[in-house]
Amino acid sequence: MMSLLRRFAGRDASAPVARERLQILLAHERGLRGQPDLLGVLRAEILAAVSRHITLDPDKVIVRMDRGKHVSTLEVDIEVPNGFERSLAAAS
Amino acid sequence: MAKVLVVTSGKGGVGKTTSTAALGAALAQMGEKVVVVDFDVGLRNLDLVMGAERRVVFDLINVVQGVAKLSQALIRDKRLENLWLLPASQTRDKDALTDEGVGSIIADLRTKFDWILCDSPAGIERGATLAMRYADEAVVVTNPEVSSVRDSDRIIGMLDSKTVKAEKGERVEKHVLITRYDSGRASRGEMLSIDDILEILATPLLGIIPESQDVLLASNVGSPVTLNNAASAPARAYVDAARRLMGETVDMVVPVERKSLMNRLLGRRAA
Repeated sequence: MMSLLRRFAGRDASAPVARERLQILLAHERGLRGQPDLLGVLRAEILAAVSRHITLDPDKVIVRMDRGKHVSTLEVDIEVPNGFERSLAAAS
Repeated sequence: MAKVLVVTSGKGGVGKTTSTAALGAALAQMGEKVVVVDFDVGLRNLDLVMGAERRVVFDLINVVQGVAKLSQALIRDKRLENLWLLPASQTRDKDALTDEGVGSIIADLRTKFDWILCDSPAGIERGATLAMRYADEAVVVTNPEVSSVRDSDRIIGMLDSKTVKAEKGERVEKHVLITRYDSGRASRGEMLSIDDILEILATPLLGIIPESQDVLLASNVGSPVTLNNAASAPARAYVDAARRLMGETVDMVVPVERKSLMNRLLGRRAA
């Protein structure tokens, strides 16, 4: 259909491309709506959970998500201060 | 009963202010009592497009902060006696607007006018969210262009979640107004068609404003396009849109420029 349209309209028929790009993009963006900033929420909750046991620098908690074609990964990188086990022992 | 209508888009430069002025004037010409409110604090322009820039004394922020009374800030149009303007502040920033302040002004305006048209600033920040906050209806101004359609989709999502009506479980009545439409380019497949845009946005169409030199000519002289040249294609399209807002059923056609014989012979574009 699109190639037929292009043939009729000449090589300038870029509107079908625009339409298709928009449809794909908006389908993705609408899916993200309502659960705004998933990574921000995850980061805050992870920080809260770990902070109950270890004193953390909030800036050293990094949460990253990578969307691949087949597999997506969630990477959580938390830098803990040296000797935190000792402070745990002292606390208990 | 008064209706609060926000004219919004997300993207800048698509014709929110032009459309607010043109629809406001068209509704006023139909006998409705109309106020157009500029929410673009810091970058006001509705006063300029309406030709009232030299008559601004007090503004929206002055009223919010209690420095001026609403009646002191309202500017009556010189051409239409039932058309009024509430200008934005040019010197303050958007943080001077508060939810409560805007709410009380809108409530006050509801008792005095049939239509309250809120001209939203571009973007999705405070000014834009407050412009739509108390709306009953929304006109989403969209150009047939990918970035404008994407931003319109985002704004439609906000109208369905961030407005007082949405929070009460009601719906803001939304309409898409397509501006700067070139039917020639659309038929050649160079521009998104009306059907493409409506299918993507899944929102009913209020009107189609053709690309036209008359829009610039009208803003040059500070007159809503519906008043400056009522016979022009964009003016007729805006009047049709205003009639649809009033609940009339009007056939959806794209008005075309009427070229004079002389212009046609000379091969000039009608101005």
